[in-house]
Amino acid sequence: MAKRVSLSGNEAVAQAMRQINPDVVAAFPITPSTEIPQYFSQFVANGQVTTEFVPVESEHSAMSACIGAAAAGGRVMTATSANGLALMWEMLYIAASSRLPITLAAVNRALSGPINIHNDHSDTMGARDSGWIQLYGENAQEAYDNFIMAVKIGEHPDVQLPVMDCFDGFITSHAVENLEMLEDEEVKAFVGENRVAPYALIGQEPVSMGPLDLPPYYFEHKRQQAEAMKNAKRVILEVAAEFEKLTGRKYGLFEEYRMEDAEAAIVILNSSAGTAKAVVDSLRAEGKKVGLIKIRVFRPFPAEELAEALSKVKAVAVMDKADSFSAAGGPVFTEVRSAMYGRADGKIVVSYIYGLGGRDVTTNQIEKVYNDLFSAIETGKYEVYNYVGVRE
Amino acid sequence: MRIELLNKYFKMDQLPHIWCPGCGNGIALGAAVEAIDNSTMDKDKICIVSGIGCSSRASGYLNFDSLHTTHGRAIAFATGIKLANPELNVIVITGDGDCTAIGGNHLIHGCRRNIDINVLVFNNNIYGMTGGQYSPTTPRNARTSTSRQGTVERQFDICKLSENAGATYVARGTVFHYKHLIGLIEGAFKNKGFSIVEILTPCPIQFGRRNKTPEPADMMRLLKNSTSFSDDGKTKIGVFRDEKEPEFVSEYIKLLSNEGDISV
Ligand code: SF4
Repeated sequence: MAKRVSLSGNEAVAQAMRQINPDVVAAFPITPSTEIPQYFSQFVANGQVTTEFVPVESEHSAMSACIGAAAAGGRVMTATSANGLALMWEMLYIAASSRLPITLAAVNRALSGPINIHNDHSDTMGARDSGWIQLYGENAQEAYDNFIMAVKIGEHPDVQLPVMDCFDGFITSHAVENLEMLEDEEVKAFVGENRVAPYALIGQEPVSMGPLDLPPYYFEHKRQQAEAMKNAKRVILEVAAEFEKLTGRKYGLFEEYRMEDAEAAIVILNSSAGTAKAVVDSLRAEGKKVGLIKIRVFRPFPAEELAEALSKVKAVAVMDKADSFSAAGGPVFTEVRSAMYGRADGKIVVSYIYGLGGRDVTTNQIEKVYNDLFSAIETGKYEVYNYVGVRE
Repeated sequence: MRIELLNKYFKMDQLPHIWCPGCGNGIALGAAVEAIDNSTMDKDKICIVSGIGCSSRASGYLNFDSLHTTHGRAIAFATGIKLANPELNVIVITGDGDCTAIGGNHLIHGCRRNIDINVLVFNNNIYGMTGGQYSPTTPRNARTSTSRQGTVERQFDICKLSENAGATYVARGTVFHYKHLIGLIEGAFKNKGFSIVEILTPCPIQFGRRNKTPEPADMMRLLKNSTSFSDDGKTKIGVFRDEKEPEFVSEYIKLLSNEGDISV
């Protein structure tokens, strides 16, 4: 039976780690993710898990140790943020291309510089093409649930990819919320035995991992990696269905909030979705047809499904808590707009960059975005590339 | 620290600092500033470089040209600064985690090259800023947030490490022995080569509270009682090495002028 508990996002994820009882956790402290390995080390010290806990000397080493442990057939986890994730960069690609299902709690924080410890999505957005599955969560409950599902998704034989469980630094990681925690036995049964890849370094057959892969085969291996990412979309939904049976909580590729007859919609990630839902409710009360899409799965990108969900609106604002500096819109925006091309044409699609470096995201800002969309629908005049909540 | 130095060398609008009550970092920084004031260095040709951690906030408080960099990389940035502009007196302010864990590789190669930079390591034996995880200088058996039953790993001796890696000025002091510390830092500034001063400094909040010395005064007493100027088995403080050896940037310039290129 699930129980109601009050936990911070970090503590909830650390608890999920404890319940999963992985073989190896290798981590290096960085705000705001530090608490996860810190809580976890307490579980190790108390003998509540049998995990080998390795407090390494850098994030590069953390991911390297995870890769080594996963290559040896272990179920492996870590946590990091911002520059820690950046320092892992080289190894992120190695983990994905070696098809090692590592689970990483990525507690979103602005990537330096200037140095800033507060929340935005510039860290994981930069890692979007590293080959990792990326799940995003609005609150501690979703961070906890996604973390448990991540293990099962990544280890699925048709996937065999590492997974990031992304949630907002401080807002979600440090705020204490009520959530439902599963029983330890339920989590253990749900994630099941580690489905070790047949090519791990522990079988009868000697294998070499990560060797030089020149033109004759490199391309085929990348093609297989791409196929695994395609498979992941199906597997993510299968795992979500199984999770729903256990918990009653429904997860999809994204969440649609009051989208039925919406004319103006916002697409957004993580905790700001909570703020935006409050705005949707108040505008709906005034009779305005507004809706919201909160993307949960950003990698693989649910292109067809998003286009379908947006096919009836008149205008969409994609809100990015990261700037891609492409001078042509935020990263989520460019993908959403490209997904709509040929599938949901003739819509107004605009980009809003918001909340960088932990700038407060207010209901007023979100309301302004909806108002802009209505005025765009009415007048046909609008800017594509916008910022909200910044001094100009 | 003499009070007039506050206005002379600090960005007053950045104060008060963020360090906890009882933290030794302020004393360590005070000693560094006194050593700067006593030195003959052109104050407009000083560049402060820091990494990440409690110690590394120092660069933001000082009124010199400064570069606050990424975790572990201060010495690498400093190497670039010194090579690009050899006239600058480059001072790196770093911590034990920053300098010997994530940045350990840069430390040993800075020492090996004997590049003329001055590294002040505020060694509090722990990662303070991120919540008290053990670092490469945490003593065996000390309790930290990642070693609740005591650290099993052995600790680095920063001075021995640096000496053996080739640093030409190596010293250790403590924030308890304040005057002595100022002298050690002045010695570092005088050496033309890689100089490192390990400064033992208390972190009562993250280290002390977990290791039966929660009071800043207890930690200061510990610094006094556990260190010695002689070889009596206690942690030795003083200068371990002060020698002249070919310095990297000068050698590099020589090489270039031999080739007829004096653009450096
Ligand atoms: S955590 Fe420790 S080192 Fe950091 S400011 Fe506080 S007392 Fe000083």
